[in-house]
Formats: sequence, structure tokens, C-alpha cells
Amino acid sequence: MADPMRIRAVAKDGVVNVKVLMSHEMETGQRKDNSGNVVPAHFIQSVTASWQGKTVLSAQWGPAVSKNPFLEFNFKGGQKGDKVQVTWTDNKGDKRTDEATIN
Amino acid sequence: MNHTRRRMLKTGGGAGLLAMLVAAGIVRPGEALAADWNKAAFETKTVPDAIKALGASAPANSADIVMRAADIAENGAVVPVGIESKIPGTESISILIDKNPNPLAASFDIPAGTEPSVTTRVKMGQTADVYALVKANGKYYVTKKEIKVTLGGCGG
Repeated sequence: MADPMRIRAVAKDGVVNVKVLMSHEMETGQRKDNSGNVVPAHFIQSVTASWQGKTVLSAQWGPAVSKNPFLEFNFKGGQKGDKVQVTWTDNKGDKRTDEATIN
Repeated sequence: MNHTRRRMLKTGGGAGLLAMLVAAGIVRPGEALAADWNKAAFETKTVPDAIKALGASAPANSADIVMRAADIAENGAVVPVGIESKIPGTESISILIDKNPNPLAASFDIPAGTEPSVTTRVKMGQTADVYALVKANGKYYVTKKEIKVTLGGCGG
């Protein structure tokens, strides 16, 4: 199981700024290890952020997103104390969901 | 880490290796549903093909797309890229990197109520043009910016 994400959500003037730092190898599948074998691709393919059951951002990623991916976006309507959930799914079917409270 | 990176750069172009990028998932080319990974678009090898696979044809150049990125990236493994669209009705934002083995790096769907502005970090194998493709009201717009990479980093 992957490490937890670090999520920071801050509300200001009716807009919530969300910053997410995920913990993932984001292996491209193009790299070789020391014995010359290709390291299989292992990367996050989809990311979904939701607030009160509503999707506020969804993304599809390829292996060109950097290791330990960072994501920042803003959405309207969130209040201090609300929860924001972020879920990612990788190409091996691993999933992780984490939640943060809006400050 | 640097050893593997060097090796990576030498082997990065191998077409056979690209097959390794094939990942399990339901594919519906040209469609970008949240749950379905757009395999066809992520596997294209040139920017025009990727744009086509995303469903766009001949996107218009737009000065209303702002790309926030440094002109020179010291480390190609971690290149911060922020894209903001000032076009009303923006539905999606995609980041494409010319000269990467597969140019499409990321595609974001922007629901109503979310600001059309995203920031992330991507890998770049070498100095190349980075494209931001925006879909707004069913139409496509594009802008590009060259980012110079002093240390390649497709290996991460």
C-alpha cells in the first residue's frame, strides 16, 4: 500500500486552493535496471478530487508526470471545515484515497 | 540514480520499450471519461497525433492560455508547469511535451465551479516545446512554450 498523500486545502474568498503531494514511483517503463532488464511501468493513471460528493477535478496521467506527483487547483464553493477527498488509481490497479479538511 | 538516468537516456527511444507502457484499462479513443484512461492518446508518439487522439483537429492558437513555467528547467525529471485558461467555458486542459517518447503527459477535466487552472510537475527528456491544449465550449485551443532542459530526466 502506498504512503498517504499530503493534501492541503485552504479556503479564501469562497475559493478553495487545493495542493496535493502524492507518493508514487511513476516508473515510465522505459528505464532499465542494473542487469539490463526493463523496469515495468508503474504510474498513476487517474486522479479524482471531490467535495461533498461532487467531482471538482479529474485527471488522466501518463508516466511523464514526475515521481511523487504534485497537483494544485482551485474550486469555488467550499467552506472551512468541509472535507476534500482525493483518489488515485495506478496502472496496476492500486488505489489510494485520502481526505483533508478545508482550513 | 544518475547511472540509471544515463542509461535511460540511451534507451529511451526504443520502440519496443514503448510496448511496456501498455497498461490495463478500458479504452475509448477520443473520449476522456474520468474513469477510463485514454490509452490511445497516451500512446501516441507525436504532438499532432496526440492532439488528434484527444479529439481535437487543428486547434486554434490562443493567447488566452497562460503557461507558468520557467524558461530553463535545471532538472528534467521535475519540471513545474502551471496552465491557466482565460477562455470562458473551459472543459479540459492537457499538457503535451514534444520530443518525449509519448508527448501526452496529463489531461485534466475541469467541471463547472473549478477554476481552469492547474499546476503539476512533469518529466522532460530534453529541451522541447511544451503545449497546453484547452477545450472550451467544444472547441480546441493551443499554446506552446519552449522549455530548455539542462539535465534530462525521463527516468525520474
